[in-house]
Amino acid sequence: MNKVQGRNRALIKRLLAVAVLMFGFGFALVPLYDVFCRVTGLNGKVTQASAPADTRLLAERRVTVRFITNNNENMPWSFSSAEKKVVLNPGQTYQTHFRVHNPTQQTMIAQAVPSISPGQGAQYLHKINCFCFDQQSLQAGASMDMPLVISIDPAIPEHIHALTLSYTLFDITPGEQGALSGNSGGRLMPAQEEAS
Amino acid sequence: MSAVGTEVDTHDDHHHGPARGIGRWLFTTNHKDIGTLYLFFSLIMFLIGGSMALLIRAELFQPGLQLIEPGFFNQMTTLHGLIMVFGAVMPAFVGLANWMIPIMIGAPDMALPRMNNWSFWILPFAFAMLLSSLFMEGGAPNFGWTFYAPLSTTYAPPSVTYFVFGVHMMGISSIMGAINIIATITNMRAPGMTWMKLPLFVWTWLITAFLLLAVMPVLAGVVTMVLTDVHFGTSFFNAAGGGDPVLFQHVFWFFGHPEVYIMILPAFGIVSHIIPTFARKPLFGYASMVYATASIAVLSFTVWAHHMFTVGIPLAGELFFMYATMAIAVPTGVKVFNWMATMWRGSITFETPMLFALAFVVLFTIGGLSGLMLAIAPSDFQYHDTYFVVAHFHYVLVPGAVFGIMAGVYFWLPKWTGHVLDERAGRRHFWLSFIGVNLTFFPMHFIGLAGMPRRIPDYALQFADFNMVASIGAFLFGFSQLLFVWNVISNIRKGRQATDQVWEGAQGLEWELSSPPPYHSFSEPPKVN
Repeated sequence: MNKVQGRNRALIKRLLAVAVLMFGFGFALVPLYDVFCRVTGLNGKVTQASAPADTRLLAERRVTVRFITNNNENMPWSFSSAEKKVVLNPGQTYQTHFRVHNPTQQTMIAQAVPSISPGQGAQYLHKINCFCFDQQSLQAGASMDMPLVISIDPAIPEHIHALTLSYTLFDITPGEQGALSGNSGGRLMPAQEEAS
Repeated sequence: MSAVGTEVDTHDDHHHGPARGIGRWLFTTNHKDIGTLYLFFSLIMFLIGGSMALLIRAELFQPGLQLIEPGFFNQMTTLHGLIMVFGAVMPAFVGLANWMIPIMIGAPDMALPRMNNWSFWILPFAFAMLLSSLFMEGGAPNFGWTFYAPLSTTYAPPSVTYFVFGVHMMGISSIMGAINIIATITNMRAPGMTWMKLPLFVWTWLITAFLLLAVMPVLAGVVTMVLTDVHFGTSFFNAAGGGDPVLFQHVFWFFGHPEVYIMILPAFGIVSHIIPTFARKPLFGYASMVYATASIAVLSFTVWAHHMFTVGIPLAGELFFMYATMAIAVPTGVKVFNWMATMWRGSITFETPMLFALAFVVLFTIGGLSGLMLAIAPSDFQYHDTYFVVAHFHYVLVPGAVFGIMAGVYFWLPKWTGHVLDERAGRRHFWLSFIGVNLTFFPMHFIGLAGMPRRIPDYALQFADFNMVASIGAFLFGFSQLLFVWNVISNIRKGRQATDQVWEGAQGLEWELSSPPPYHSFSEPPKVN
C-alpha cells in the first residue's frame, strides 16, 4: 500500500501543478490576446506612433477618414473633433485638431484611447503625431486644441474606402476617480436602482 | 441506503461496516457513501433547477408578461443554467464515478479518500451561497450562466461577488475530484487490468478528468478577473481602461467548450456499457471508442470561437473554427456507428436502462446535427442567440447527458441496493420523459429558425402556439421526474433480491460483487483475465 501512496503523491503533485499552470494560462490569455490583436491589427488596436514605409502619393485614390469622439462614463470634459471627416489621398500627411474643455472646478488629467474601424484597415492609418500618445492636463475651466497628424499608407487594400478613427477620453486624475478604471466610483447598477 | 457489508471482512483492523447516524455521511471516506451523497445532491439540484425551468416555461406559456418580472426572469435563466451544469449534471457524473470506478477496476476505494470527502462537502456550501443571492438586495445574478462582461461587471447586481466565490468553490471541488479520479485510475487498477482492458466508463471519465483539470482553473481565472474588475479597479473587460469585453468571451469559451464535453463524455461511457449488455454482444470497436473519445477531447480545445462567430472575428478565424467544429462530428460519428453496430443482429431486450440508452443515441444525434448546422459560420449569423441554440444544447444536455445519467442510475441501481428494478415503473417514467422532452425542445427548433431570441420573458405573437406546446411538454417532463424520485426511493426501500450479475448480459468486475456490494470491496485485488 505504501508503494501506491508514494506513486499517488508524485502524481498528485504533477496534477496540481497542471491546475496551477492552467490558472496562470487563463491570465496569460490577456496579454496574448493583446499581442495577437496588435500583430494582426484586429479590433483596431494599433496605437503606437508609426510612419509609413511607403512614401508614394497616390493622387488617384481617395479614402474618407471619419473622426468620432466619446467620453468615458463620468468624464465631464467636452470633447469634439474640429472636422467630422476628411478625404485624403494615400501618402498625404494631414493635420487636424480636437478640442477639449474642462468645465469643472479642478485641474484634471485625461487620456484618449484610439480605436480604428474596420480592423482590417487599422494598420494602414498611421498616426505620426497624436495627442493620444500623452496624458493631457487641463486647468479648471480651461480649453485646449490637441493636434493630430495622420497619413494613410499607400499599401491600403483597394476595397477599403473609409476608415473611422474613434477616440474615447478617460479621466485619469489621481484621487477618488481612480486610474483608468472608470467603473470604480458611480458605476451603473440598474438592478439596484430598481430595487431602491 | 442498505449498503451494509454482507461479507465478513478478514482484516481485524478495518471497520466492518458504516458508522452509525449522521456522522457516517459527514465524515465518510468510503467511495460508495460519497458516490451516494453526490447522486442525492445532484438529484436535489436537478429538482431545484427544474423548478426554475418550469417558472421560465410558465411565463412563456403565453405572450406578454403574466407571472414574473423580467428582472426575475433573467435571474431564473441564469440560476437554471448554473445549477443544472454545475449542480446537477457534473456532480451526478462524479457520483457515478465514485460508485463505479473503484469496483470496475478492482480497487478497494478511491486513491484519495479524505480529499474525496472534502470535494463533496464543499458543494452544498457553494450552492447555498449561490442560492442565497436570491434573497439579497438587487437579486440573484441575472447575466446568464455565461456571465458575459460587462453584464457581469459594470451592470452586475451586488450579488455577483457571491456568484464568483460560489464558482470558485465548485471549481475547487471539481479539480480535486478530477485529481482523485486520475490518481485512482492510474495507480489503483487491479493486477492485469491493463489500459486497453479498462471499461469504457472508466476511460471516458479519465479523459473527462483531464479536461476538468485543464479548464476548471481557466474558469476560476475568468471569474477572478470579473471579481477584480468589479471590486479592485482592474480593467480586464472594461474598454474604458484598455481592456476588452470580447476577451471575456474568448477566455470563457476556452473553458466553456471543453466543459460541454465534460458533460457528455461520461454519458458516452455509460451508454457503451448498457447497449452491449442488452444487445448481448460485446461492444463493437472498443479501441476506436477510446481513440474517438480522446480525439473529441483534444479537438474541444480548438473550437471555442464558434460560440462567437458574430463578434467580428476575421474570415480566416471563422473558417478555422467552422472546420475544426465540423471535424468533431467525425469521432462522434464513430461512436454512434459503433453503438449501432453493437446492436446489429444482437438479441436486444428493452429494459428501462436500454430504453434510456437508445433514446440517448437517437436524441443526442439530433442535438449533434443541429450543432453541425450551428457550426456553419454563415448560418450561425442567423441562428445566433435564437431558440434554435436553446433547442440544440437542450437536446444534447437533457436527452443527452441527463438521459445518460438516468440510464446509468437504472442500470446500476439494483447493484447498489440489491433490489430488482420495477420495470413497469421504470418504463412509465421513460415514456413520459421521452414524450415530455421532445414536446418541450423540438418546437424550439422552429421558433428559433423563425427568429425568436433567447433569454427574453416576452415574445411576438407568431411564436405563441409553439411556445404553448413547449410549456406543456416542460410540465409533463418536469413532473414525470417525480416518478424517477419515487422509483429510486422505492427501490432503495424494498424489492426482490437481485442476483450478482443483475442483468443477463452484464460483463465486468462490478457484476462479480454481491448485490449490494460489501461496504469494503476488493480489499484483496481480484484477478483480471
